[in-house]
Amino acid sequence: MINFTNVTKRYPGGHEVLSNISFELKTGEMAFLTGHSGAGKSTLLKLIALIERPTSGQVTVNGQNLTKLGRRHIPYLRRQIGMIFQDHKLIAERTVYDNVALPLVIAGLHDHQEIGRRVRAALDKVGLLGKEKLYPVRLSSGEQQRVGIARAVVNKPALLLADEPTGNLDPDLSAEVMSLFGQFNQVGVTVLIVSHNVDLIARFGRRTLHLQRGGLVTSL
Amino acid sequence: MRIKNYLLNHLYALVYSLGQVSRAPLSSVMTVVVIGITLAFPAGLYMVLKNAQRLAASWDDAAQISLFLKKDVSNQVAAKLAKRLHDRSDIASIKTVLPDQALKEFQRQSGFADALRALEVNPLPAVLLIQPAAGFADPVAVERLQAALRKLPEVDFVQLDIQWVQRLHAALGIAQRGVEILAVLLGLAVLLIVGNTIRLGIQNNRDEIAITKLIGATNAFVRRPFLYTGTWYGLLGGLIAWGLVTLALWLLDEPVRQLSALYDSGFELGALDAGMAVLLLATGSLLGLLGSWLAVGRHLSAVEPK
Repeated sequence: MINFTNVTKRYPGGHEVLSNISFELKTGEMAFLTGHSGAGKSTLLKLIALIERPTSGQVTVNGQNLTKLGRRHIPYLRRQIGMIFQDHKLIAERTVYDNVALPLVIAGLHDHQEIGRRVRAALDKVGLLGKEKLYPVRLSSGEQQRVGIARAVVNKPALLLADEPTGNLDPDLSAEVMSLFGQFNQVGVTVLIVSHNVDLIARFGRRTLHLQRGGLVTSL
Repeated sequence: MRIKNYLLNHLYALVYSLGQVSRAPLSSVMTVVVIGITLAFPAGLYMVLKNAQRLAASWDDAAQISLFLKKDVSNQVAAKLAKRLHDRSDIASIKTVLPDQALKEFQRQSGFADALRALEVNPLPAVLLIQPAAGFADPVAVERLQAALRKLPEVDFVQLDIQWVQRLHAALGIAQRGVEILAVLLGLAVLLIVGNTIRLGIQNNRDEIAITKLIGATNAFVRRPFLYTGTWYGLLGGLIAWGLVTLALWLLDEPVRQLSALYDSGFELGALDAGMAVLLLATGSLLGLLGSWLAVGRHLSAVEPK
């Protein structure tokens, strides 16, 4: 699903965040990405969604060579990826329902009944059915995070990327959110999660990619 | 299916843009009113100009040539000359005013009756008032006729009564050019107003735009609502301009009626007709679309997810 070959990312000014990284994440696999702050975890995710481009090396996602992917094709790549962020990135002016429906609308789905069905299914999955009409500010941090997850999965993407999804959550909520990712993985979704939560990662017993000083250390 | 999807995409953007406009009612109303006033200004001046041109055109028929004959021309010769000239194809009618008649009229109208009676001889010449034929009322033909008449031996001098109408036409021509220049400048102003409002809209929605792009929105998807918003501003501005001009014409109607009654004229102020109204709305919409297009092109690509 994801393939990095000798990828290096250097920011203007010479700071090298990732140095010659190679790894593969197979379709249907679930893995964690760990490392200190500034070790390049977020940068690695950004390279997958083409928010950034590598300085050198090659990234392949779902069979597409991103090096050769032009600007115009980036939106279509992102539609294949469900992304979850530490700060949720929900649109404050829109209701929970509209936030979750947005990827469907963007993808060109206009059948309101179909949209409603899928949005409710996604919200049901994260346990937020009945909060569709609320605005994000009315929800707790954990609930907002779950709205973000619902939005990421509503389009049934083959790949989920999560950037510290439990960073702002208490241990119980964290475990709940992580088990959600486990459920998605069980139905065949490839999942890559950036996390600091060592205990939680240990409990899952999945492959862990550890970034250290720009290099990659794979464990398990 | 593709066309249907395309139309549905636009419908979504249209509805969404209405939401954007209604979400910031005060700034939207201000923008629309400013556009309205800006558009009303040239449209109003244009209406004034149109009416003035219509009035001037109604005076074109008044083109009249006064032929002052020499003092020694007798009444019989004057009558013969009138008869001869009447055969010309470029002359519709001739009215002969003989010196005695002219003196009587002058005494009656001027109030100098006593002074004029003191004169021993009538100082007034015979005058032929010539109305050019319908096909020869344009300035060039009248000029030619005037030149021909001047060459007649009986004629002392020729006075063209249309000259002031021609000067008025020339002045109106300058005024029209002025209004056109003003319209272009104010059109540019509308572009800038819309562009600036859309730019602020993009800035206020930076996060939302970035998020939308992050989950796979194309540039076209992000751009569309802003283009619609700009078009709404322009259309509503045009509507307000139409209302303002109509109101102004309505307020001017009564005073103009009174003035034209004083001049014994049936002139009435022409209203903003349907064609003009449509043109005003279309111009507003187009300027709105263009203004937002320029703003979106410059500022939207700067908003990328980080």
